[in-house]
Amino acid sequence: MTLVELTDVSKHYGNIRALEGVSLEVHAGEITCVLGDNGAGKSTLIKIIAGLHQHDGGVLRLDGEEAKLSSPREALDRGIATVYQDLAVVPLMPVWRNFFLGSEPRKGPGPFKRMDVDFMKKTTHAELLRMGIDLRDVDQPIGTLSGGERQCVAIARAVYFGAKVLVLDEPTAALGVKQSGVVLKYVAAARDQGLGVVFITHNPHHAYMVGDRFVLLKRGTMVGNHTRDQITLDELTRQMAGGNELDDLRHELQRT
Amino acid sequence: MSATASASASADERLLETSPLRKLLGRPELGSVVGAIAVFVFFALVADGFLRAASLNTVLYASSTIGIMAVPVALLMIGGEFDLSAGVLVTTSALVSSMFSYQMTANTWVGVGVSLLVTLAIGAFNGLMLTRTKLPSFIITLGTFLMLTGLNLGFTKLIDGTVSTKSISDMEGFPSAQDVFASTLTIGDVNVKITILWWFGLVAVASWILLRTRAGNWIFAVGGNQDAARAVGVPVTKTKVGLYMGVAFGAWISGQHLLFSYDVVQSGEGVGNELIYIIAAVIGGCLITGGYGSAIGSAVGAFIFGMTSKGIVFAEWNPDWFKFFLGAMLLLATLLNAWVRKRAEATK
Repeated sequence: MTLVELTDVSKHYGNIRALEGVSLEVHAGEITCVLGDNGAGKSTLIKIIAGLHQHDGGVLRLDGEEAKLSSPREALDRGIATVYQDLAVVPLMPVWRNFFLGSEPRKGPGPFKRMDVDFMKKTTHAELLRMGIDLRDVDQPIGTLSGGERQCVAIARAVYFGAKVLVLDEPTAALGVKQSGVVLKYVAAARDQGLGVVFITHNPHHAYMVGDRFVLLKRGTMVGNHTRDQITLDELTRQMAGGNELDDLRHELQRT
Repeated sequence: MSATASASASADERLLETSPLRKLLGRPELGSVVGAIAVFVFFALVADGFLRAASLNTVLYASSTIGIMAVPVALLMIGGEFDLSAGVLVTTSALVSSMFSYQMTANTWVGVGVSLLVTLAIGAFNGLMLTRTKLPSFIITLGTFLMLTGLNLGFTKLIDGTVSTKSISDMEGFPSAQDVFASTLTIGDVNVKITILWWFGLVAVASWILLRTRAGNWIFAVGGNQDAARAVGVPVTKTKVGLYMGVAFGAWISGQHLLFSYDVVQSGEGVGNELIYIIAAVIGGCLITGGYGSAIGSAVGAFIFGMTSKGIVFAEWNPDWFKFFLGAMLLLATLLNAWVRKRAEATK
C-alpha cells in the first residue's frame, strides 16, 4: 500500500530553487531511504512531508489522495510523525513530559481537566522498556539520556501515537557505531510493525542495511530513484559520493 | 539488545548513587528557599522587632504586591520570554479604570471591567507582535514599555491637567471594589491584607497549571525548545499570547489594588518595577533562557524581596543598602541556576 507518494514535487524560497522534480514512494512495511550530501534538499523534502512547508509544484498524495499539509499538527493527524535530528525533544523536560508533548492525555471535568500524570509516567516507562531502554526514573530530564536513547524515545513516541509513516531525519548522523546500530534496529522494528519509514541519511552503508527504496538527491534535484534489487551498495556509494564527478576529479588529480 | 541493556544498566547505577541529591538539586526553588531562610535568620538577628506579627505582616504585604506580578512573569520566563512593559502596564490598568469611571461617571466596577479588557488587549498585543514579527521579546516589550510610559503621562495630563487622576472615592461601587482589591481582612486576631490572598491564590493556580495541565507542558516546551515544541504539534503562538495575557491579568489585579488603596493614581509610577518582577522570578529559580522554573519559586523570590526591603527599615539602616542586597542575591541565584542547568544537560 502506498502511504505517501510525491510526484515531481518542487519548492522555491524566493528565487532559490530548493527542490525540483523529486518523486518518491513510501509503502507500508518498507523503508524508503533519501540520500544526499549537505545542501541536497533533504531537509526541504522532510519539511514538506512533515507539514512545516508547503510544496510549490508537483503532487503530494496521502493514501492515494492529493493533499497539501498546512501544519505539523495536520501531518500528525494524518499519521505522519517526524523525528528530527536536533529537534526531537526539549532537553530540560522530564522524559515522560517529552514523550507525550503535544498529545497529552487528560482526565477530569471542565476547568479541572488535567494531565493523567500516572498514566503518562507508566506508559512512558513501559514503551521504552519494550525498546530495551530500562529507565529507573522517567522524571529525569531527557537531556541526560544518550543521543541514541533520545532517538529511540522519539521513535517509540511516534510508534505509540499510531504513526503510519515515520520520517527520520538523519537519526544516525551524530552517533557512534554502536549507538547507530541500536537506532537502526529500532528503525527495522518499526518497519516490521507495518509502518512506512522515510529514512534520511548521508551514509549509504546505513541506508543499504535497512532500505527497500533509495532516492538520491543532489543540489535540489533527484539524480536517482532505485528499488533495492536495482542497485548494489557499491553503486549506491559511488553515486552518493559524487559518482561521475568523482571519476572526473580522479582523472584531474592524476594529471597533476 | 545487549548493548542497550548494558548501557541503560550502567546509567541506572549512576542514577541510583546520586538520586536523592539529584532530586533535591533538581528542584527549581532550592536556591531561593535556602536564600530565604538565610535572609530571614539574618534580619531576625539584626533587626529589632522583625519577628513581631505586625512586622511580618508588613513584610508579607510588600512581598505580595511584587509577588502578584512575579507569578505570571515567572510563567512567561519559563515560556522563554520577557515583558519589560509589565511595570507600567500596572499603572496603565489603574489609570484606565479610574479615568473611565470618572469621565463616564459610571459605577467603578464598569471602569474595573473596561480596564480588564484594555489590559488584556495590551497583553495580547505584546504576544501577537512577538509571534508575528519573531523579533526578540526584549525589543517588542521595550517598545510597549516606552509607549505605555508616554501614554500614561500624556493622557493623564491631557484629561486631568495634572500627573495624577481625580479622586473616585465618592463614586458608586468604590467601597465594594475596595473590599475586593485593597481591604484588610481579620482572620482570628491577625489582620491580613487581601493582596496576600490574591498572591497565594495566583501561586496555587499557576503551580497547578505548570505541573498538572497540558498548558503547563506547553509552557515548559516553548521555553525549552520552541522548534521542537512546534514540530510535535504544540500551539506555540497560542501559548505565548496566553502567557502575555497572564501577565496582563496580574497587572490588572495590581493596578486595581493601586487604585483602590490610594484612590488616586500617579501616572508616572511603575517604571522600574518590571525588573523587580524579573529579579523575583530569577531568584526563585527561573532560567533567564527559559524552559525551567516554578511559580512557588517566584513567590519565594518575592518574599526575599519583601523581607529585604522591610528588614532594612526595621534594622534602621539606610535604605540605599537594599539595592546592594538585591543585586547580590540576583548574582548568587543566577550562578546557582546556571550550575543546575549544566547538571541537567550534562551527559548528552
